[in-house]
Amino acid sequence: MSDSRIPDPSAPLTPSGNLRRRQIFSRLTEVGATGAAVLAVGVLIVVIYTIVSRGAPAISFDFLFKGYPDGVGPMILGTFVIVAVSTAMAAPVGVLIALFLTEYAGSRGAGPLRLTLDLINGLPSIILGLFVFNLLVNHKGTSGFAGAIALAIIEVPLIARGAQEVLLLVPKALREASDALGVARWRSVLTVVLPTAMGGIVTATVLAVARAVGETAPLILTDFIFDPKKFSLNIFGEIPNAPVWIFKLSEEGTEKGYQEAWGLSLVLIVFILVASLGARALLGRSKRKLSS
Amino acid sequence: MSSAVTPVAPGHSGSQRGGSRRKRLDLFGDRALFAICLLAAILAGVVIALVAYQVIDGASEAISKFGLSFITDTKWQPNFKVFGAGALLYGTAVTSAFALVVGAPIAIAIALFLTLLAPKGIGAVIGPLVELLAAIPSVILGFWGLVILAPFAKSTLEPFLHSTFGFLPIFGEPQTTGLSIFTASLILVIMVIPIIASISRDLFRSVPRELQDGASALGATRWEVVRGVVLPTTASGVVAASILGLGRALGEAIAVSQVIGAGSEIHTNLFLPGDTLASRIAVQFPGHLNDLHASALFYCGLILLVIGLVANLLAQWIGRRFSYRGAAP
Repeated sequence: MSDSRIPDPSAPLTPSGNLRRRQIFSRLTEVGATGAAVLAVGVLIVVIYTIVSRGAPAISFDFLFKGYPDGVGPMILGTFVIVAVSTAMAAPVGVLIALFLTEYAGSRGAGPLRLTLDLINGLPSIILGLFVFNLLVNHKGTSGFAGAIALAIIEVPLIARGAQEVLLLVPKALREASDALGVARWRSVLTVVLPTAMGGIVTATVLAVARAVGETAPLILTDFIFDPKKFSLNIFGEIPNAPVWIFKLSEEGTEKGYQEAWGLSLVLIVFILVASLGARALLGRSKRKLSS
Repeated sequence: MSSAVTPVAPGHSGSQRGGSRRKRLDLFGDRALFAICLLAAILAGVVIALVAYQVIDGASEAISKFGLSFITDTKWQPNFKVFGAGALLYGTAVTSAFALVVGAPIAIAIALFLTLLAPKGIGAVIGPLVELLAAIPSVILGFWGLVILAPFAKSTLEPFLHSTFGFLPIFGEPQTTGLSIFTASLILVIMVIPIIASISRDLFRSVPRELQDGASALGATRWEVVRGVVLPTTASGVVAASILGLGRALGEAIAVSQVIGAGSEIHTNLFLPGDTLASRIAVQFPGHLNDLHASALFYCGLILLVIGLVANLLAQWIGRRFSYRGAAP
């Protein structure tokens, strides 16, 4: 006690005792947090690397554009058709919901609607498959259209959320200027608000498409049986599609099937990565433009 | 409202008439736009109700046949028209709990790293990369799990855990295939992390800088700032995020079905095959043997739907009820 009153001036300026313990512990948690981030990125890299290294040898012109057994052209085309149809249904609905949230619903209406969107977003996709199966497939048979409806339900909340975010960023001054000129609300929504927010709406839609492209669970119940040799554009019939094909190949467990599945996975992943990274970059840019 | 200020030149009868036509058009346009927006909003509500109705409708045959004992019964024999979801519920609970217990701490650590530790440039790269994990389609992640992760689990992870923690019943004798509840749980961990991490990161960013600086000024170490300021102010949000992650884990069908091995019994040993509600639907529905089989799978879906909705509502409620007031926008 008595010698602690006069600290030794020549003692090194490093903490000791309790403080030292606390600092070491803090350091350890920092290392742990960094390790967690490295782990997650590591897993991503390992997964992507596996897909690229095993999928790349399978890729060729025939693989991309010919039917089974030479390639997976019908599956790629079919996925494109199904997702295009589902997005054509989901995008208008999503944007209108976002408009309703920002333009018309007061805080009282917006709360329940946002909750509903969150609930739809949280629904397991396999449930949507069951839903569409009972609604459509049970009576009319499997079809790409049934799958497209399930995918549209997945896309709507994503598009609505993204569109709402950018709509809220549209500068008040623009709206006020439009009001001051005596422009009716619907005109200012269509000619001022929506065009200003268009960049963000498009990116939200692209992100939703990136999500829908890989959705398998709903399609397994709605568009499972198809002819992998046939290129089909008929949305009301069975359409070959990539996710279900990957699933089937992985269940089969043959060496050739695996290679095909890796190749098809690579095609999907490249599309998804390009779409989501591109959309994110665009979104950042258009948000900065709006808020500056 | 705005139609009242349509500009009209006084005394100019031509434009007067044109103005009133325009006024009527604007009135119609305003109402029409409102109507279709409202319609879209109502559609969202209708979809939820319709989903619930259709799933209940599909399950009605199984509900009337098995009643509530379906939930506890563990026999699943499509050929004999005997169905019980007990083992599936168990598998769902174990895999999701595992995913949450392992995934949530990792995700929260990542979020802390991104907000407090990472230099700006590195954080701007790692943040989106972690979110990209969520962009990998589940069928591809499941395929990767089947071809890469399962053999690795079989050859390395499972024997290691068995030899080190073998005294715990959950780390029993490993199986020969690597397709197990354990592997499925690992896949779910990968899926849960980006969800919890990205929500938590946004929460941690909302913690007022002054509070953290104040704690630092009082001599708190970085960990003590996290423990004393950051986590307590965001705890409810982090719990809500974890529940959302749990919801994702509960409902994941495809990836789980590829690596879980489709067992039908209840084991405490994680290294044995099992099955979950969602994955059983995905695997057996396309080739269901009879109407009762399909209906029983719908019943599984109904259980999943109820759990999913409850989890979501709970997350919403916790997020709102206990949210830190200063952090609210």
